[in-house]
Amino acid sequence: MSDLTELYQNLILDHNRSPRNYRVMEQPDRSAEGYNPSCGDQLTLWLKFDGDLIADASFQGNGCAISRASASLMTSSIKGRTRSEAVAMLDGFQQMITGQAASDGAALPAKLSAFAGVAEHPSRVKCAGLAWHALKNALKD
Amino acid sequence: MNSMAAPAIVPAAPPRSGRFDLELVRRDFPALDQLVNGHPLVYLDSGATAQKPLAVIEALTGFLTRDNANVHRGVHTLSQRATELYDKARERTRRFLGAAEADEVIFTAGTTAAINLVAQSWGRRFLSPGDEILLTELEHHSNIVPWQLIRDFTGAVIKVIPINGAGDLDLASLDRLLSRRTRLVALTHVSNVLGTVNPIRQIADRAHAVGALVLVDGAQSAPHLPIDVRALGADFFIFSGHKLYGPTGVGVLYGRRELLDRMPPWQGGGGMIGRVSFQESTFAPVPNRFEAGTPPIAEAIGLAAAMDYLESIPAADLISHEASLLRYAERRLAEVSGVRVLGRPGERVGVVSFTVDDTHPHDVGTILDHQGIAVRTGHHCAQPLMHRLDVPSTVRASFGLYNRVADVDALVDGLGKVRQVMSA
Repeated sequence: MSDLTELYQNLILDHNRSPRNYRVMEQPDRSAEGYNPSCGDQLTLWLKFDGDLIADASFQGNGCAISRASASLMTSSIKGRTRSEAVAMLDGFQQMITGQAASDGAALPAKLSAFAGVAEHPSRVKCAGLAWHALKNALKD
Repeated sequence: MNSMAAPAIVPAAPPRSGRFDLELVRRDFPALDQLVNGHPLVYLDSGATAQKPLAVIEALTGFLTRDNANVHRGVHTLSQRATELYDKARERTRRFLGAAEADEVIFTAGTTAAINLVAQSWGRRFLSPGDEILLTELEHHSNIVPWQLIRDFTGAVIKVIPINGAGDLDLASLDRLLSRRTRLVALTHVSNVLGTVNPIRQIADRAHAVGALVLVDGAQSAPHLPIDVRALGADFFIFSGHKLYGPTGVGVLYGRRELLDRMPPWQGGGGMIGRVSFQESTFAPVPNRFEAGTPPIAEAIGLAAAMDYLESIPAADLISHEASLLRYAERRLAEVSGVRVLGRPGERVGVVSFTVDDTHPHDVGTILDHQGIAVRTGHHCAQPLMHRLDVPSTVRASFGLYNRVADVDALVDGLGKVRQVMSA
């Protein structure tokens, strides 16, 4: 059971039970859908900017513990960051969950390392990446 | 083995005498005997694909080792052997289905390919704007999307027979929906999510009364129920080899001869022609007209071996074993706190779907896998049914003839661990 607790860490279980930023945003500057057609999991991500800064981020949707906690921790992590910082975080997260060496470890807040165990579960990589995929689309010019 | 005396015919499994011996049966399936994540494998995903008995593995290996050649066009010995075995597989399938003629059996790549064949061949020829196709809320995407494609091409209209709260078809709605405009009722024999067994004969009689044809998706029924296409009243009956303990890559389209004779080819290529020139081509009679290119030769031979294997077990024993196991699973799952079994159909075979309170099916699936338990999670390619049941996805346990009471017990214990992990 050891790598199960590696996957379902307390931080992930906590953010699954009580997801942060789980709300519809009034008048967002950007929004994007995350949808995984193979499992039907779906979320909507909303962003509000203050100049180049991400002033607010929120989400709602249906998904497993991994995707929900990932969206919760992602929205918490990108708030107050610039677009380019968010993009760097996105790249770092993607590398971590697919088991690639991080090109720039500094880009990833420590709490996101809770998802490092996902790399051992190839079938769950898409779950962890769902919110981040939506973020990528929301940040597109 | 003496390479000079390669036998051309793969021997059928010897008939099993006496009662159904589960432990003996399990020894026929080598994949069942392994540890997964440190636990003995509990395989509850036969509805997605069944494990293969040695008889099938040996038929495939035997063919590929000794007899492999392309069919139909070769004059050499191996091609004659391959052709003979392939033709025997067609005849074996005719017998499995209770069809009148072997030529009514077309080998396809699978259930999906077979439904698309009917949609594209029969549909293009016989559907006109305003013609109606009836589907049901229980359908798999493979019996929805091909009809949408042909609807968009022909201007036909799709209507849907709803289910009731138990997960059975609402037959009163069927009567309201059937009309002189109905050309086809395309429905599953057994739901891949709820396990509902649809009363095909009853529906076929009503459909035929208004002049409509009936296509039956038998992917989930053929492994569990004796099939007699004529007794069912099916104009088309379709199933996959790999869910029937046979290989992937082969499926079967049964169609009544007079229907197939009037259907144009769908895919063109070798093997399906009469004469070919750059001006025009003529086409072979059925079944070859619908088998363009090299067919799934080894796979069809493996499928025939699977049918021999399956029918070596007395049907009554098989049915009563699977029925009592499914009843046991329903009862045990209902006892687990937080588990909700979906549907309560009048007759259920093969699968049971459920949800677990506060836990997404994916998480259930991952935690069960860590205990060696294989279930399927997600929408099961039945998104309209998920919508109807008002769940984003489910956990599905599906059974094969080799499953036992201990597998259900392991699942129930495993669900206890799910709760433990998720509430840590």
